[in-house]
Amino acid sequence: MAWLSDNAFLLGLATLDGLSSAAAIFMVAVGLNLVFGVLRVLNVAHGSLYAIGAYSAASLGLFAAARGLPAWASLPLLVVAAALVGLVLGPPIERLLRRTQDQEPVLQLLVTFALFMILEDAQKLIWGVRPVVSDAPVKLMGTVDVPIGGDVIPFNAYQLFLLPGVALLTLAALVYGLRRTLFGRMLVAVTTDREAARALGIDAARITLVTFTIGAALAALGGALASPTTSLVPGIGAQTIVLSFAVVATAGLGQVEGAALTSLLIGLGRSFAVYLEPELEVVVPYLIMVAVLLVRPQGMFGVLETRRI
Amino acid sequence: MSTSAHRGSLTRRSALGALGAGGLAIAAGPGIAQGARPAELKVGIATYLSGPASVFGVPARQTAEMLFEELNAAGGIGGVKARPIFVDEGPGVDHFVGEYRRLVQSEKVDLLFSAISSASCIACAPLADELKKPTILWDCGTQRIFEDGKYDYAVRSQANATPEILAALLYLLKAKPDFKTIAVINQDYAWGRDSWEIFRTGLETLKPGVRVVAELFPRFGASDFSTEVTRLLATRPDVVLSTSWGGDLDTLIRQAADRKLFDRSTFVLPLAESSLERVGKALPPGHIVGARGDHWFLHPAPQDPARLKTFVDGYRKRFGTYPIYSCHHMAQAVSCMKAGYEKALAAKGGAWPNDAELAAAFRGLTFPSPTSSVTIRPDGQGLENQLIGTSKHVDAYPFAVLDEMVVFPAEPITTPIGQKSTDWLKTLKPDMVSSMPKAMPYRA
Repeated sequence: MAWLSDNAFLLGLATLDGLSSAAAIFMVAVGLNLVFGVLRVLNVAHGSLYAIGAYSAASLGLFAAARGLPAWASLPLLVVAAALVGLVLGPPIERLLRRTQDQEPVLQLLVTFALFMILEDAQKLIWGVRPVVSDAPVKLMGTVDVPIGGDVIPFNAYQLFLLPGVALLTLAALVYGLRRTLFGRMLVAVTTDREAARALGIDAARITLVTFTIGAALAALGGALASPTTSLVPGIGAQTIVLSFAVVATAGLGQVEGAALTSLLIGLGRSFAVYLEPELEVVVPYLIMVAVLLVRPQGMFGVLETRRI
Repeated sequence: MSTSAHRGSLTRRSALGALGAGGLAIAAGPGIAQGARPAELKVGIATYLSGPASVFGVPARQTAEMLFEELNAAGGIGGVKARPIFVDEGPGVDHFVGEYRRLVQSEKVDLLFSAISSASCIACAPLADELKKPTILWDCGTQRIFEDGKYDYAVRSQANATPEILAALLYLLKAKPDFKTIAVINQDYAWGRDSWEIFRTGLETLKPGVRVVAELFPRFGASDFSTEVTRLLATRPDVVLSTSWGGDLDTLIRQAADRKLFDRSTFVLPLAESSLERVGKALPPGHIVGARGDHWFLHPAPQDPARLKTFVDGYRKRFGTYPIYSCHHMAQAVSCMKAGYEKALAAKGGAWPNDAELAAAFRGLTFPSPTSSVTIRPDGQGLENQLIGTSKHVDAYPFAVLDEMVVFPAEPITTPIGQKSTDWLKTLKPDMVSSMPKAMPYRA
């Protein structure tokens, strides 16, 4: 207890950082989870969609600034960029992955990895290798002084409010959409038993296409939202997909709320590690993943499936 | 008929002779057929063409392309045109080792420039000796290569981490002698760890008692440092050291600037020259910046101002940006190659040198760099001056430039031959700080 009271203000700061970090992780991981749920393909190229979403948002932001558009326009442009990437790249990738749907998981991974490599090179062709920066949204929202422990710590309002806010909205929209709308219920039906859903007259192909496009747009939105806070360089997609896999494996494949909770755990875990034991920051997501999988191999919220032999 | 039969006989004989000679040459290894002037000079160049380090690797490749064109337009080396063959270090050391062997054994390159990654250099220096192929280590940072090993075919056309980091430490001790606390935020890989070890050892020797309040090693290629910035804001160290580079450093500078961390701590950024143009005026005035050498397009006292101007203007005209340190390092490697061949050619009265003769010619060689000159010591290590300055905002440039620049002569800050940096740094004397060269102001 004495330790807690001594370090309360540090833990308070770590919590604020952890929430922002969790929001960024959730945006990408939930898309990956959604796609796996409906398509049963672990899409490595999801990382490329994140990267292309980030680059596209930055380019659109820089283009708008060059054309003299007001600074506030940079915020909706993040969503526009993500939607464009989802709509343009989602359907053709889904068509490709559908061909591997009933194949061996190894083949699926190889195909999506090949796609990932192709898209990585495409990014370099389009955006080059110099770091790309478009931080107008962060500048627009400015900083917020957080008084804590007798000190004042400035935080970016963008990271403190906007990122967690968008993540919460996304979570709420997905939960509502899946549980309360006809499309959501059809999606759950396709996810649970594709054949039975088709027998009931559900157009599983259309559901899969729309869901994949939403998943792709969510990955792109994750990248777009991250883009004002960072410098975009080759390789950002690879780093993101590895972390997203950790979230998805920990949460359980196909679990939306699980992805949210796991992102929160990982975000807070990494943030606390920076304050308490920085050497562990890099491995915290994987320590959490191993700890969970040792106890629940199907993930925190995953459901055990019986296999016919 | 007889003539033709005679001709046929001669042809068969010469063919048999050629086969025999070829067989002998193959049996004796690659050295025997050397010494003849080649039709072209093939130079294998290892650089990062993919991944985060391509922010250095691609500008270096562009520089090589530009300089090889200039070299060939001026007649090549000893009348022989040179051709670069690029390989990507991005896929990792194992892949790179395979590429190195392929370049030597299949492509039959005459010389190699290798590499950006320290791990690649550590892997290829023994390979250079094993395959007896002259290799210029052109950009990697690790000081361990010539401290831990002895190589006849590998030389380095630049400095190493020890003088690069020590120069920044000496500058800090002169510019801000009263600091009491320090924090480090470096990338979590060999360079980040090794450079901190060098800085810390030197600091403990020259200014014992400074308290290290945070040692942060975020993941290499991390895209967000918000938590680290928060911790540094809360800890309020007098000095923050970061030897990070590329997108990581750009992001750190921007996030630290947005959240006013630069107002609370003095930053020491030994590699920030390569980020200045990209981060614009996000880097505020008053922070310490290094360049892994004396590379700076506004160098206050270049050895040959016309040479520097030609290099900077040529690069900028062609690629639209100022050349960063990896461009200068590539220019040094090209200059080293040219000077080495010319020395070896002169030693043989114009006859083409073999690999062993070329490798030997690099030892003791002094060659010009865009800003000054570099000398290769007998152990193969290059002696390269170091420029450190303080960031300053001026109207003439949309990014921070350097002021109060100190150009450290290479020898006093480079680990002597036969010693290890970690031991030598413990023997440093405080008069190194007081005897530092005079600072030179920014000049447009």
